Amino acid sequence: MAGPSLQTPVRPASLRVEGLSAWYGRRQALRNINLEIVPGQITAVIGPSGCGKSTLVRCLNRLHEVVPGARVEGRVLLNGEDIYAPGVDPVVVRRRVGMVFQRPNPFPTMSVFENVAIGPRLNGLARGAELEELVVRSLKLAALWDEVKDKLHLPGTALSGGQQQRLCIARALAVNPEVLLLDEPTTALDPISTLKIEDLLRQLKTEYTIVIVTHNMQQAARVSDFTAFMLAGDDLVGELVEFGPTRQLFTNPRDPRTEAYITGRFG
Amino acid sequence: MTTRVALEQGLRALEDGVVELASMVDRAIDRSVEALKRLDQEEAKKIIHDDLLINKKRFETEEQAIELIATQQPMARDLRRIIAILNIIVDLERMADHAEGIAKIVLMHQDKPLLKPLIDIPRMAEKARDMLRRSIDAFIRRDPEAARQIAGEDDEVDALYDQVYRELLTYMLQDPRTIDRATWLLWVAHNLERIADRVTNICERVIYDVTGRMEEINVSKY
Repeated sequence: MAGPSLQTPVRPASLRVEGLSAWYGRRQALRNINLEIVPGQITAVIGPSGCGKSTLVRCLNRLHEVVPGARVEGRVLLNGEDIYAPGVDPVVVRRRVGMVFQRPNPFPTMSVFENVAIGPRLNGLARGAELEELVVRSLKLAALWDEVKDKLHLPGTALSGGQQQRLCIARALAVNPEVLLLDEPTTALDPISTLKIEDLLRQLKTEYTIVIVTHNMQQAARVSDFTAFMLAGDDLVGELVEFGPTRQLFTNPRDPRTEAYITGRFG
Repeated sequence: MTTRVALEQGLRALEDGVVELASMVDRAIDRSVEALKRLDQEEAKKIIHDDLLINKKRFETEEQAIELIATQQPMARDLRRIIAILNIIVDLERMADHAEGIAKIVLMHQDKPLLKPLIDIPRMAEKARDMLRRSIDAFIRRDPEAARQIAGEDDEVDALYDQVYRELLTYMLQDPRTIDRATWLLWVAHNLERIADRVTNICERVIYDVTGRMEEINVSKY
């Protein structure tokens, strides 16, 4: 059962993290994260390996709790509604807050068309001609349509790596999410495919609130409007060190730890 | 803390470039005023020729800075340092153009004597050169307080310029035949006044380098 107002999409959506902590079994991975994701903007989450940035985004669509023994404390407010409130259906949350992963993962047995159609079909969002239209629109939004319009029946895995990743973005967009989370989406891609994805994110940001995890600082500097820098302390628990406009964070960071990390003098 | 050897070396080399360029400019200002005192035509020609070396040094430093940005992707304080250097070398190169301007005024005199013995003009040059050397020192030491102090001293150069202007006016009023030579000396003083203004620009860059804030610290009267 979904909470009543969680059914109402607001564009672009706001996302607010309040006092969020996360654990894997007994091991704490995040401590007291407070973060205001700005609607209709791209927020980058950067930080060294093991700082909890992937855990953080997985908490934003309740994917973290899928790991056995994992748990979360604190609140994540999507347009003011806590996605962890009792009675909220995690499946609905994951539809409204879509996710794209590091390695392109199109469903291997499905065609390009089916890869995009499966989400709206399972969610009962569209069928027949309406579904076809939705698939075409999603592929166009993902800047992939021109490249695949004659290959819709081919397996999704027959596309190049960069095309597969855009196919995954099209798949995420097809269920009409309000927020798009991307966890190192270009790590497995060549530079040209990477720039295509970055261009695509800029085009999408007026409609979708976007959060991108990246360990590539230049990417964060290029593509994002806001940047969050995370770091694990001596106890290996990830914390948010600094959050601010990307422009400021990369030219004049406030915290010396941010300065050390982005100038490459960290270790 | 990890060190970035290539970036650190590149930054040191750029700083060395700034110091060397500044000392070339400092020498050019000194030589131009000395040549003016003696109306030394040969020296004036050499100063004009040597300005090419200053321009060359500026472009070399600029290319090094661009290469460092392209290859090392500097961020935050490193990026600010390089941007400050890119601005400072432009001001230094323009200061040398002002010194060259003074050398050209030496040539204009041909066989005419100086209108009067030089008193305030050498003082302006001394003050401007002192400000220049200390501003570069503040840049190397990353000292925004010193930068603010030095920029404030531009008022002294402006006051000397006022004094030179009033004095030369009296010559021109008394005897219109002195107008050309008085005007030349006024141009010399103006070149020196502009040099001190450009020191103020350098001071602003020192503050930006250290604090990340762009501020106009002393608006010159001229």
